[in-house]
Amino acid sequence: MTDTVIPILVEGLRKRYGEINALDGLSLRVEHGEIVGLIGPDGAGKTTAMGTVCGLVRPDDGFARVMGLDCREEGQRVKEHIGYMPQRFSLYSDLTVAENLRFFADLFEVSSSERRERQERLMAFSGLAPFLGRRAGALSGGMKQKLALCCTLIHTPDVLILDEPTTGVDVVSRSEFWTILRDLAGEGMALLVSTPYMEEAALFDRLILMHRGRAVASGTPGEVRSRFGQRLLEVTGPGIAKARERIVGLRWPGVDVHRFGDRLHVVHDLEEEDAGIREALARVDVRVGPVEPTIEDTFISLVTHSPEAAG
Amino acid sequence: MRRILALARKETYHILRDPRSLMVAIIMPIAMVILYGYAIDMELSDLPVGILDEDQSPASRELVTRMMSSQFIVDAGRLSSREEVEPGFRRGRFRAVVVIPRGFAESLVREPVSRVQVLIDGADATTAAAVDNYLRAAILLFNSGIAAGRPGSAELPMGARVRVLFNPQLESDNFIVPGLVAIVLVMICALLTSIAITREKETGTMEQVLTTPITPRQLVIGKVLPYLLIGSADGALVLLAGRFVFGVPMHGSWWVLAGYSLIYLLIALALGLLISAVAATQRVAMIMALMATLLPTMLLSGFIFPRASMPWPLQWIGQIIPATYYLEVIRGIMLKGRIWFPLEGGVMVGMALLLMAMAVKKFETTME
Repeated sequence: MTDTVIPILVEGLRKRYGEINALDGLSLRVEHGEIVGLIGPDGAGKTTAMGTVCGLVRPDDGFARVMGLDCREEGQRVKEHIGYMPQRFSLYSDLTVAENLRFFADLFEVSSSERRERQERLMAFSGLAPFLGRRAGALSGGMKQKLALCCTLIHTPDVLILDEPTTGVDVVSRSEFWTILRDLAGEGMALLVSTPYMEEAALFDRLILMHRGRAVASGTPGEVRSRFGQRLLEVTGPGIAKARERIVGLRWPGVDVHRFGDRLHVVHDLEEEDAGIREALARVDVRVGPVEPTIEDTFISLVTHSPEAAG
Repeated sequence: MRRILALARKETYHILRDPRSLMVAIIMPIAMVILYGYAIDMELSDLPVGILDEDQSPASRELVTRMMSSQFIVDAGRLSSREEVEPGFRRGRFRAVVVIPRGFAESLVREPVSRVQVLIDGADATTAAAVDNYLRAAILLFNSGIAAGRPGSAELPMGARVRVLFNPQLESDNFIVPGLVAIVLVMICALLTSIAITREKETGTMEQVLTTPITPRQLVIGKVLPYLLIGSADGALVLLAGRFVFGVPMHGSWWVLAGYSLIYLLIALALGLLISAVAATQRVAMIMALMATLLPTMLLSGFIFPRASMPWPLQWIGQIIPATYYLEVIRGIMLKGRIWFPLEGGVMVGMALLLMAMAVKKFETTME
């Protein structure tokens, strides 16, 4: 691993599927030791972007490079540097844990001594060691994800690309999984990870908020949140349903209400609106106060208010 | 090489752990051999034939004895008058009735041509043709015996059953078993290969494999290798059953047969690969594989129905079916001991190369 090459570099990627612009000029880069998150709703283009980097998708325009190699021209060599874990569990359910690992080690032509050493380490940190002889199909959801991760790591890639690895995984497994990812980044690996969960955003070193095939914001979680250029009030308490009706009833064009579980976030632009909202909620059983915007607030604000993203 | 072996090993695990594909690979060929081998055998033995002997002379009795001394025909009893003929057919007492008219013995001596009437139940055309040909042969022999001055001394032709059903020029040739090899090979290989690959597409494992540095060529070879072995084993199984259970002759070289069969297997595998490139699900792949292999091979290649008797569009379609050529080859080797098949061999090699090239090409494009 030389530190001069950028592990993942993507410039101006475009890809059309018929009428749909899956990628519309996406650019991004991931450095060694960094976990970069691709965040966005389903259909934002996350999977297509990752597929392009892995050499599975041929872009219409722009380029993707891994370790300085062009993903289109030198696909075969690029693949040796990448560990890719698709969104769907894609290992052989009728093979055992050990057989799956062996299979991928062989495809990457990992020498058998290296494989044994690597397998031992992977089994140790994933906790899969007791299940080596078990068929992959008989593992729990979290275990399956860990096995998939181990299979993508068996050839010691420089770059790890994970497509929604924590989707459908229980909370405990999810946090364990993140611990593993952190360790890998600590070893200098470059990780590109997609997730539909905005609440996972804070765990990334840098984020790319994706919407309709392009990045609407990128930077550290803090930087992304600072892109939220509006005012925000949080409303909590038993009366939030009524509070919501009241605010909507004001019919102010610049005011948006979003519900996140047990709280409302009221997005607005002007100080007078702030006062008006507080007044409208004076006799409702809720607490109202200013709050720091979350990534989700930022995403919604950017998507609904920036003209080029909304178009 | 290592990648190819890894794929082949993995594929073998799949086959061994999936009862369905094991069934297809092992039970199906055996079932087909038993079904075809015995079904066609049974159809042409023990056919009930009734006799109406109006002459009651030593010569007529001699003819009856000649006709009945065969495993293919059983004596369904004597009729006493022509009135019994039609009800007997209706009730299925017999498939045919031989009427030896009064004065038969005398006419043998006095007249240049003697007449014997054969009435055949035409409801089952195949059997009717068999009975017809068999009885004709028996009468012919009886006649030639008389001509030589020693009535009924010639042996009856034991190979009559095959001759009457299929091609009268090729004596005592058994067509069914070589044809079965052609069907089993193409069906098993195309079916299993196409299912194996579409399954990987369906479960998403193909995508994972494609993110490894494996090349399309390695992928195709590794995937296909185990099925090549299974196909070879199945072919050998059918051939051995044919040779030792059904007594099919083998006049040619096993090695020559193995060589041509390998080319044929490659065609079948390439066909399976192509189907898997088009089909999105295992179900579709299965239907396509059966449509592309089983039906045309059975109906149009000359397996059972002679191609010469088909209308020209079907004959033309038959020309693009690999089994048409392989059938010529395998029958030629087994029954005639031929070695060189410049036309059929050439066409088969051409088909194999073309289909393999198309399959690899198709794979390369789907990999992008």
